[in-house]
Amino acid sequence: MASMSKKAEKGTVGSKWAKFKRYLPLYLMFLPGAIYLFVNNYLPMTGIVVAFKNYNARKGIWGSPWAGMKNFEFLFASPDAWTITRNTLLYNVVFIILNTVLGIAFAIFICDALSKRMKKVYQSAILFPYLMSAVILGYIVYAFFSQQTGIVNNSILPALGMDEIAWYQKPEYWPFILVFANTWKGVGYGTLIYVSAINGIDPSLYEAAKLDGARKWQQIRYITLPFLIPTIITLTLMSVGRIFYSDFGLFYQVPRNSGLLFPTTNVIDTYVYRGLMETGNIGMSAAAGFYQSVIGFALVLLANGVVRKVSQENALF
Amino acid sequence: MKEKPFSPYQIVTNAIMIIWTILIVLPFLLLFMSSITQEQVLVSNGYSFFPKELSLDSYKYILRSGGTILRSYGVSILVTVVGTLINIILSALMAYPLSVKNLPGRNIMMFFVFFTMLFNGGMVPSYIVWSNWFGIKDTIFAQLLPNLLLSAWNVMMIRTYFQTSIPDTLYEAAQIDGATQFRVFRSIVLPLGKPILVTMGTFAGLAYWNDWTNGLYYISKDKTLYNVQNLLNQMVQNIQYLSQSSDANMAAAASTIPTTGVQMAIAFVAILPIMLIFPYFSKYYTKGIALGAVKG
Repeated sequence: MASMSKKAEKGTVGSKWAKFKRYLPLYLMFLPGAIYLFVNNYLPMTGIVVAFKNYNARKGIWGSPWAGMKNFEFLFASPDAWTITRNTLLYNVVFIILNTVLGIAFAIFICDALSKRMKKVYQSAILFPYLMSAVILGYIVYAFFSQQTGIVNNSILPALGMDEIAWYQKPEYWPFILVFANTWKGVGYGTLIYVSAINGIDPSLYEAAKLDGARKWQQIRYITLPFLIPTIITLTLMSVGRIFYSDFGLFYQVPRNSGLLFPTTNVIDTYVYRGLMETGNIGMSAAAGFYQSVIGFALVLLANGVVRKVSQENALF
Repeated sequence: MKEKPFSPYQIVTNAIMIIWTILIVLPFLLLFMSSITQEQVLVSNGYSFFPKELSLDSYKYILRSGGTILRSYGVSILVTVVGTLINIILSALMAYPLSVKNLPGRNIMMFFVFFTMLFNGGMVPSYIVWSNWFGIKDTIFAQLLPNLLLSAWNVMMIRTYFQTSIPDTLYEAAQIDGATQFRVFRSIVLPLGKPILVTMGTFAGLAYWNDWTNGLYYISKDKTLYNVQNLLNQMVQNIQYLSQSSDANMAAAASTIPTTGVQMAIAFVAILPIMLIFPYFSKYYTKGIALGAVKG
């Protein structure tokens, strides 16, 4: 009896080993990518404690003395904390609204293009700026707004009989410039997603609606938009989950890192960068990064929880 | 959704799209015109769509200056090619096991990849890990390794594709034939998964070509490792720096910065490769964007 059960046990162990051996190549394939994610993503997650340290490069993350909440006290005592939080949130809210509304409108227009060829031209054009780096975007904006050589100061304002403006020294104009630059570059992404969603709508629905005498806007209101709702929810939630993050390139390259513009162009990402690389204020920079990571994470979970309640199939997890 | 041709609705909406298309093209045209405007005219009249005098001096300068500018193109091309290839290989290798339904531990592995999309440690710890622990500062690895070598998002997309587009019966048949997992991967998964790998490859390639943050963070002394984007960025920073200081020595330093026309020419050449491959590339990229809306 005893020996038999032992044998059976051995058998399962053996089959487990056989199973493992069969799957071993699969684990090996997974390994290189896993090592990369471990180094690039997981190690920095442990390094997040640097926000609670009095960081000293020679002593490293773990050797540096603890600072308790000092870094956070300094950060939130400074006026910067409010400015960067406000700017990050406000810009993102405006970006989300504009990209959704314009994205849907452009997608509907593109799908109603006069010809297939026009449709392709619109689609290509709207995608193109999305493929540019932020550095290039910065150069393009500069060609328009440079004080001495920009086309706005040289050609447009004189034509309107207005005086030239030192754009890169006047923070009040930048919310408009940045919103326009972001829309110009980024609206294509959402638009193309909505186009593919509209392409998936059964054309016979529109035929039937037309037979019933539905006008164009009624077709949009009662067929197109309802079909787009799942996509709108998914995209909006992904953006809301990232509302504490901003496009570093947009806020760093386009205002050309000009200090005079910080009141309206400084966001959490640019603040973290400057603390780390320019002013050497690593403690506050790390505290701001921690603040961003933790609240950002909470928002992703929250956003996903809301979708799960509203429409389960659109939740990310 | 076809309307009667030239209904007021179609005229208005097409007019809007044509205007938007022009708004997209004009800035690139301005960038290009500035790069072929004679420098004197540029300084006195500013950027213009219709410059008074054209000149190819900026492009000649780029070719003649040799060193810095051409080398930065070399770095961009090298890093984009090598980085994209490694990215595709790593992503495909990682996505395949995740698509095998009965693999023990698959859920944990999925979570391991997925969690990196939800939470990150932020720039400060990343910087410390890469520069102090792995010492990539001022090496070519600084352009290759941080953030761009593998994207969890791409892995998820590829996995979904493998799972939905490659029939299970193929795997089973291969296993009955005694093919090893590596063989299945090489002779079934890779060929059948080519469309998604090319699509995701375009994302990776563009990310490498456009990247300037790795150079910004990790290349401080050895400027020969700058890519085109870093070079363009550095010129902006130098100008900002000089314009903010009144030191007389600085004025001398200012003369070493390429003229505005040359800067615009470098910027234009930096987007040229994207323009050239765009007709081929946009199809895949658009497909990839559309995939993004469909949950993996």
